[in-house]
Amino acid sequence: MDLILVNLIDGLVTGLLLFMLSAGLTLIFSMMGVLNFAHASFYMLGAYFAYQISIYLGFWMGLLIAPLVVGVLGAGVERYGLRRVHQYGHVPELIFTFGLALLIEELVQFIWGKNAMPYEAPESLQFTAFSIAGNSIPAFKVFMIFTSVLIFIGLLYVLTRTRVGMIIQAALSYPRTVEALGHNVPLIFMGVFGVGTALAGVAGVIAGPVLSTFPGMAFVLGSIVFVTIVIGGLGSLWGALVASLLIGWITTFAKAYNLRMEDLLTTLGFTKPEPIWDSAWRDLWTLTSPQIADILPYILMVLILIFRPYGLFGKRDA
Amino acid sequence: MSVPALQLDGLRKSFGKTEIIRGVDLSIGKGERHAIIGPNGAGKSTLFNLITGRFPKSSGSIRLHGHDLEGMAPFEINRRGLSRSFQITNIFPRMTVFENVRCSLLWSQGYKYSFWNMVSRQRALTEGAEAILEQINLTARRDLPAGVLSYAEQRALEIGITIAGGADVIMLDEPTAGMSHSETDYIVDLIRKVTENKTLIMVEHDMGVVFGLADRISVLVYGEIIATDTPELVRGNARVQEAYLGAALEAEH
Amino acid sequence: MTEDFATDPTKPAQRLRAGSLTIPLIPWLIAGALVIVMPLFFQANSAITIMNQMAITIIFALAYNMLLGQGGMLSFGHAVYMGVGGFATVHIMNMSDFFAMLPLPVMPIFGGLVGMVLAMIVGSFSTRSAGTVFAMISLGVGELIAACSVIIVVFFGGEEGISGDRTYGLPFFGIEFLQQIEVYYLIAFWLMVSAALMYLFSRTPVGRMANAVRDNPERAEFLGYSARWVRFYSFVASGFFAGIAGALFAINYEILTEENLNLTTSGLILLVTFLGGAGFFFGPVLGAIVFTLVQTVLSLETELWGFYAGILFVATVMYFPGGLAGLIMMHVPALRLGKAGRLIVPYLKTLIPGLFTVLGASALIEMIFHYRHAAVGDDEMTLFWTSFDSHSALPWIVAIAVTVVGFWLTKKTAPDMAAAWHDANSPDGGAA
Repeated sequence: MDLILVNLIDGLVTGLLLFMLSAGLTLIFSMMGVLNFAHASFYMLGAYFAYQISIYLGFWMGLLIAPLVVGVLGAGVERYGLRRVHQYGHVPELIFTFGLALLIEELVQFIWGKNAMPYEAPESLQFTAFSIAGNSIPAFKVFMIFTSVLIFIGLLYVLTRTRVGMIIQAALSYPRTVEALGHNVPLIFMGVFGVGTALAGVAGVIAGPVLSTFPGMAFVLGSIVFVTIVIGGLGSLWGALVASLLIGWITTFAKAYNLRMEDLLTTLGFTKPEPIWDSAWRDLWTLTSPQIADILPYILMVLILIFRPYGLFGKRDA
Repeated sequence: MSVPALQLDGLRKSFGKTEIIRGVDLSIGKGERHAIIGPNGAGKSTLFNLITGRFPKSSGSIRLHGHDLEGMAPFEINRRGLSRSFQITNIFPRMTVFENVRCSLLWSQGYKYSFWNMVSRQRALTEGAEAILEQINLTARRDLPAGVLSYAEQRALEIGITIAGGADVIMLDEPTAGMSHSETDYIVDLIRKVTENKTLIMVEHDMGVVFGLADRISVLVYGEIIATDTPELVRGNARVQEAYLGAALEAEH
Repeated sequence: MTEDFATDPTKPAQRLRAGSLTIPLIPWLIAGALVIVMPLFFQANSAITIMNQMAITIIFALAYNMLLGQGGMLSFGHAVYMGVGGFATVHIMNMSDFFAMLPLPVMPIFGGLVGMVLAMIVGSFSTRSAGTVFAMISLGVGELIAACSVIIVVFFGGEEGISGDRTYGLPFFGIEFLQQIEVYYLIAFWLMVSAALMYLFSRTPVGRMANAVRDNPERAEFLGYSARWVRFYSFVASGFFAGIAGALFAINYEILTEENLNLTTSGLILLVTFLGGAGFFFGPVLGAIVFTLVQTVLSLETELWGFYAGILFVATVMYFPGGLAGLIMMHVPALRLGKAGRLIVPYLKTLIPGLFTVLGASALIEMIFHYRHAAVGDDEMTLFWTSFDSHSALPWIVAIAVTVVGFWLTKKTAPDMAAAWHDANSPDGGAA
């Protein structure tokens, strides 16, 4: 029971981290119809910038400044890159963001090299917050949970309670009308893109110390984020939340409990072929849940697409 | 009486709580030219979209030559001999004019998903496409990408694509929308020419076009048909005048 | 034997009049002839290795473009169809009894069929929609299969992959494919066959409808075609040819690993196809040739090859979405007007300084990189066949000067080039 609680917390951390990325991605997608392939690259930039800043000014300034820098960069990308490509259609837009993802990875390697950076949690957070049955929960994880939850409450507040949020919501569905009402829609687009990427930046700042800051971190998380929003249903913020938490928990639990295919197959009445190393089915028999934990999201995605093509919360004509 | 080309019984459609089509019964005979008129927002385009399978209906039935179209996708309905045009020009912009027409001939000439025939070697296909181009007066434009044609030419191409497959029920959604007078005359002649011996159902705002072309007219108001009759009788119908026509006719003159 | 297939597209060409797409015979003949004589000019083993790789990439890029260019489907996971086709081929090569009865040149058929079957399975749910959803599914499925390579060890061989030996097959007219050059002609044969077939596919009813569905899926549905099935057929055909490319890869390299399946390979083929130009049939061919050459040369010269490729890619998407083929075809109107010659001098005036700008900028990039990442005390670097001290001021001044002056000249001459371009494209009567 205690172990379950520990895993629930771990899964929650992963899930919230995923949500911080998928939320920005979803906002950008439902507004501009473009899936930002480079979204996870902004997350990576967040981690690297924060690391660089933390050397001189410490972790907390990094947490403050890095997302801002990332957001400004993101807005710049929208203004000078995406807006130009937009005229060619959605597929070139997607290709553009894909190219951007490649370029950012190369750029990071160019500046910081191929090795992981020694980016660590601040000393003030390097203690055990509490322990459950001998499993200690580090304070940094609690901090991550609080930060992401706070940001979401803030985001939700802005979107539903403020004037800007109303305009954004309106521009999501009726950009033309909103423009006709005298609002500067391109500026709103740029702003949303900037905020979305800044969110990814925050995720990078707080994930960097835990998941390691290295040039491949964007692609490792990136494809999972896309899978998340496909599972949740493209364009649905709630779908993104549910799918993020689902994936966070599924992968955490699959890693924590060593479920073996062998046990399952034996229970089902199959007999294990001997010697197992000569059998064509050996990979199936020796399969364990930690082994497939990382591909579970993809399997989930394929299943969802077969049985519910529009995702968990997607609208039919997305 | 023979089986009508198109028969609608108690057709209904709701979007959320709003009922847009509120029980439409309509029977259109073979070879008839039928116009559907009505004020903006009456549900004319929705009606078209229901008949052609673009939207699923809420209840009621649609029969094409007596066959129920229940649950059919647009392409299946098209294969049964119903073809439509769109209110907003809907062509293949990056393909040439000739190819636009040729593509619309492929299914009706029985090529299906063939990957063993070369389109350019099929005589009937090429000649068929050229005949259509001739009919819609676009022979001179055949090798241009369709996207660069003028608006009227694109509308003509749209009609060409619609009739090319040889469907016997043709549905045109505001074929003259946004056109000048001379362009309208050109399109009306074209429609008359290409729908010879076919069933034509059209939505149109231009009363000149409607009264010039239609054998019968249905008036759709708030999702219901309030009258279906010959142009003369519709013109004299008091309810129609009250609901719609009077104002429109006054505006014409 | 290559020639036969190069001339295959001719038959329709003779009687062809009406089609707006005449089948150009001459380029095919030239391509066929080139493919045959190339090894006579480039006899070194390394050259043949490059040409083999080029040919395989061409097939793969053409297969990829059946989706991207012809069908408007953007795939981020197309490597798996090539990869799985290749893995299957290696497995057949390792079934010694069976393989001993087969001549090596028929192996690509098996690779193709395996790629096709996989495409049928995935396509059954992924082709429901185009656009973003299709792209995301292709990415997810691609990642899934790539990740499976370490789990399904029986088939994918885990981290070290699987290897085979092509020479165990039934000798083909006495050829055992021990020599690189023999493999070259095998690949070249399949290159011409596949390219011709893919070209012909684009001229069939389903190939034409693929274009129609790309342009306007809804309209296609109202013409009697199910957009989904049209996409599905394109997808399956593309999977088949990708599988052929995979089999040829297996024959050429005799080893396949996880690298043949992953996102990097899938992304690379997107890059190759897009750089070449997705809008024209020959675009991917061009892309594959240029990319392979540039990659071979540059990756020997610089560690930053990927960085340059990324910049080039992004710049292409932003400024030349038609790719190389698009750039070339842009000049057709000027050629038709007979005024293309007027472009040469303005081009040289602008593009030569432009080239120097690029060289200067890349020198700066290399120097920054060396300054930042070279081991402490290792100050000497070599660039453009010159060795110098990356910590001294002079090379920096030179590089900056070249870049700035080059850029200034480019900028100054650009309006003239634009004017010349306008002139060359306007029919006579105006400027003369």
